[in-house]
Amino acid sequence: MAHTHESNTKRIWFVFGLLSVITVVEVALGIAKPDFLYKTDLFNMHLLNWIFIILTVAKAYYIMWAFMHLEGEKANLRWSIVAPLVFLIIYLVFILLIEGNYVFDVFKESQYKWIF
Amino acid sequence: MAATVTSTATTGKTWDGGNEPMGASYGKMMMWFFIVSDALTFSGFLAAYGFSRFKFIETWPIADEVFNHFPFMHGVDAPMYYVAFMTFILIFSSVTMVLAVDAGHQMKKTKVAIYMLLTIVGGFIFLGSQAWEWKNFIKGEYGAIETKGGAILQFVTKAEDGSYERVKLADFAAHLETDRVNNTRSNGIWFEESADLPSVSLDEVVKGFEAHPEILVRTEIIKDKHKTVLSREESLVRMKDAQIVVEGANLERNEYGHKLFADFFFFITGFHGFHVFSGVMINVLIFLNVILGTYEKRRSYEMVEKVGLYWHFVDLVWVFVFTFFYLV
Repeated sequence: MAHTHESNTKRIWFVFGLLSVITVVEVALGIAKPDFLYKTDLFNMHLLNWIFIILTVAKAYYIMWAFMHLEGEKANLRWSIVAPLVFLIIYLVFILLIEGNYVFDVFKESQYKWIF
Repeated sequence: MAATVTSTATTGKTWDGGNEPMGASYGKMMMWFFIVSDALTFSGFLAAYGFSRFKFIETWPIADEVFNHFPFMHGVDAPMYYVAFMTFILIFSSVTMVLAVDAGHQMKKTKVAIYMLLTIVGGFIFLGSQAWEWKNFIKGEYGAIETKGGAILQFVTKAEDGSYERVKLADFAAHLETDRVNNTRSNGIWFEESADLPSVSLDEVVKGFEAHPEILVRTEIIKDKHKTVLSREESLVRMKDAQIVVEGANLERNEYGHKLFADFFFFITGFHGFHVFSGVMINVLIFLNVILGTYEKRRSYEMVEKVGLYWHFVDLVWVFVFTFFYLV
């Protein structure tokens, strides 16, 4: 289905409300930093960070689907945009963060401080 | 008719660009693929930031302590409220943009123009806020000392409830007679000039530190989510390595902590700000075209939709910058 010419205003304001609520939740959590989230680790990151990242991806989804109107595009356009981004970004982040963590360990544990 | 109302007369002519395999006009599809490549550029920057942060995970600055200013609330610790405000501005300008696109589908010229104008105003407010944020970051608040090894030492006093409060260099530095002068082009070799001198000299900080027993050194090292504070004896030892007075931030060093922190901040928010700026400029062009009735004559407001895509993308990037610079 492509653009129908009737108005989408209701949906737009709904998404705006949703994005605002998510941002408020993020800021509130960022200021309060509840200990059980902040001091519990999962895969080298505390839970609070995971929550932030998930909320961010949720926001990105709504911006792309509702505001950039991907929900109204054909599936092949949608996939040719989303698939490369998802794959390449996860790949890059995965490699760089593992490497960063490794370099940190070398600095910390080994005797060589500035060998690279 | 094809899925979207294309702007030119190519519709229907398969071999003249009228064929739309993805159901989007040529211009719109190319805007999308530009956005894909730009998104990858930004994720490269943010991933590099993540790499450096993981590399120095034990000493990285804590964002809440760096970005805690709010207009007209001087000296109040207000972490994140200001960036949250900036995020709202950008999300809201995204909403007015999408409303403009929506009005365009219904061929309502005045409505499109009004919403475009609101979007432009939102963009300018965001840029202004960005500038203010940079100003605070560059100016700094407390000042710090860099050691021979390149570590940053900050200064605190212990409050009655056992927590630590930051102290400004100027609050404890001694006042010494000094003959230091700023080396400018006019009083030395013409091609050499020094950076601005810090408001206090290294000697003044060291002497002042020795004279004030209540002042302690806070290191960059994070333990249990807090920067460690040294005892008075350890502080005195650590201060023997003092080398440079650091006030505010530049590309070489910053008072907040690791050098790379400021570099990434300037580079990523700067690159994003540049995108916002060009977005505002393109919006202005399209706004003028709307006023002039260009799209009315064309019977299609698809150009508004295309710049809309770019504008939402800028918002999208900010959502990630917000998370990785201020929250995580």
